[in-house]
Amino acid sequence: MMASLLSLLNDYTLQNVMAGAALLGLISGVLGSFAVLRRQSLLGDTMSHAALPGVCLGFIIAGGRHMGSILVGALVTGALAALTMLLLTRLSRLKTDAALGIALSVFFALGVVLLTHIQGTHNASQGGLDAFLFGQAAATLRADVWIMAGITAIALTLVAVLWKEFKLVTFDAEFAASQGMPVVWLEALLTMMVALAVVVGLQMVGVVLMAAMIIAPAVAARQWSRRLESMVTLAALIGVAGGVLGALLSALSRGLATGPLIILSVSAVVLLSLALAPGRGLVWEALRLWRGRRRLRQQQVLTTLYGLAARHEDPVFRSEQGLIDSYHGLRTRTALRKLERRGLVEWGEAPPGEPGPSRRWLLTPAGRAEAERVLASLHEEGA
Amino acid sequence: MLAALFDNPAAMIMLVGALVGIASTLVGTFLVLRGNSMLSDAIGHAIVFGIVIVWLATHQQSGPLQILGAALTGLLTVVLTELLVSTRRVKQDAAIGLVFPVLFSIGVLLLNLYARDVHIDTHTVLLGEIGFVWLDTVTLGEYRVPQALLSMGAMTLLNAAFVGVFFKELKLATFDEGLARALGLAPGLLFHGLLLLTSGTAVAAFDAVGAVLFVAFVIVPPATAYLLTDRLWLMFVYGMLVSILSSVSGYALAVAWDVSIGGMMAVMTGAFLLLAFLVGPRYGVIAQWLRRRGQRRLNEIRTLAVHLYNHEGSPEQHEENVTRALREHLLWDDAKARRVVARSREQALIERNGEALHLTPGGRELAREILEPGRRAADGQG
Repeated sequence: MMASLLSLLNDYTLQNVMAGAALLGLISGVLGSFAVLRRQSLLGDTMSHAALPGVCLGFIIAGGRHMGSILVGALVTGALAALTMLLLTRLSRLKTDAALGIALSVFFALGVVLLTHIQGTHNASQGGLDAFLFGQAAATLRADVWIMAGITAIALTLVAVLWKEFKLVTFDAEFAASQGMPVVWLEALLTMMVALAVVVGLQMVGVVLMAAMIIAPAVAARQWSRRLESMVTLAALIGVAGGVLGALLSALSRGLATGPLIILSVSAVVLLSLALAPGRGLVWEALRLWRGRRRLRQQQVLTTLYGLAARHEDPVFRSEQGLIDSYHGLRTRTALRKLERRGLVEWGEAPPGEPGPSRRWLLTPAGRAEAERVLASLHEEGA
Repeated sequence: MLAALFDNPAAMIMLVGALVGIASTLVGTFLVLRGNSMLSDAIGHAIVFGIVIVWLATHQQSGPLQILGAALTGLLTVVLTELLVSTRRVKQDAAIGLVFPVLFSIGVLLLNLYARDVHIDTHTVLLGEIGFVWLDTVTLGEYRVPQALLSMGAMTLLNAAFVGVFFKELKLATFDEGLARALGLAPGLLFHGLLLLTSGTAVAAFDAVGAVLFVAFVIVPPATAYLLTDRLWLMFVYGMLVSILSSVSGYALAVAWDVSIGGMMAVMTGAFLLLAFLVGPRYGVIAQWLRRRGQRRLNEIRTLAVHLYNHEGSPEQHEENVTRALREHLLWDDAKARRVVARSREQALIERNGEALHLTPGGRELAREILEPGRRAADGQG
């Protein structure tokens, strides 16, 4: 297994695929963090679908499957779709969701029309344009990897240079405007940069699955971190890890598509993060809830015993199990056992000569003190 | 007669296209109004998973049971999205974008694994083949009816029945969810029913237009209608009209240019939206611009009237109430001042006497109305 993995790693094609997947994870993790925080998660979906007509236009203009012109085309139509969406929401009564859907579907339809137009003209080199729908990671060339690396480097440099500005625009655009920052341009730049990530993703996961690549690493990273710096770093790491894992799985499985496997890997990280992230994790929250409920039940039983003792003016009043159960309307034995273990109640003998069960529950001095403390704190809250 | 119609591929293709649009408009109108349009995108992608599973299980795609089975995955997407949102860890739009790619990915991988058993290839998944719907027929009595026409017709009737029966409830749940809940109408259940029908429509339309173009048919015609009217029933009428027109014109253009028919139909819905966006009677960009221009002109005329009124009969009247003074006092350039004066004279609100500008009685009345809005009402009562 290990040996086969090692020989796989030496495989030239796989090296390209893994490098491409890692670059995609890196750029979409970083840019996706901003998109998700700015509530523009689905804009990535729209822009990636809208890249299709650009791919076709690039193909038509260059007269062949020329990577550079295809990527520029994708960048342009992706940006145009974002602009369309913006104009629709600003100048008409349509809401964001409808504008996103309109830009997505109409641009994609335009892409389909252009695609069939290219196929209709029987251009011999048109083979492989379909592949941009689902990605064609296995066909990644070293030259493609260099292009992706270049785009990623541009995006990361922009983020690094404009870090403070992007951060402020993301969290408090109004304050940024009051500081004299060109907020509109910064927001436009952040949005357009998503198109850069889409362009990198075209080859790896295709236009359809790109949405998850933008959203998933950012959502996963958000669970582990409360600061933008760590969130962006973590999202990049998760993206890279998911990309590489997906590429490896695809190579090991021989024949399973790389794009979906990358998406599933990243999504698995999201699921794990949602469940297990410290503080925000759903498992921990459920545990906290359960513990809280248990503590409350114990306090209720304890104060019930205390109330019974007070009413009978007997600090060591002995209560029957059944009595306490019916007092609470449910079984309390577990809670009582827990209290017994904490030394707050005793499972003592019934007073001699009294009918009923031979063993009863009574408060220990520590239990009395604890019950008084609970009741006092309740009073404080009530006051 | 009927047989001739069923044997006419062009008619069949346009009819199926129109039915896809009409059935989608019926459900899409509520999605657009509720601000949930992108759920159709999620559903469109996720049913790929359902279709593959159902195909592997039953080796059939187009029975009612198959449609229901695959449609349930659409509903599953919605439920999973809601579940994610309810954890309060993920916003709704991010949740949508997380769930459907997972289901879609699993669907594609299953296609990879069982490619030999499944008759759909990944290409059809996204694009559909509406041009071939007339090839796949079933015999109904003495007619050979395209399968897609049957399933789309059934979905259209089902959607129409649902919307017809629950029209009042859907309307209330869409525009005032709180009231609907208070009245015991279960808007959540109603909405899930609507989404199940949306999924069913997506499955039925899948062979014809595929997963992504379906989104265009759900969102664009209702959105176009929304730009044209405020009345719900008119939205349906306009939406269906757009669907039919898109289907016919899309088919004609696709044949003329030899391109994808489904794609061209979807592009045409976009063209009609653009038309409504630009020249819509009330909400169109041009109508808005004209309205704003009219408002601006009215304000200029009113400003001039008030200015003249304020200085009327005062010692400085001869130097204030001249065109020249408007530059300093109202900060208007000469051209603008001349325009406003000309327009005011056209409306007989002012008169020019050499250099001096005078209010007509009508102009004076206008200025008074602005300065003492309560006066006329008081006069009326007095």
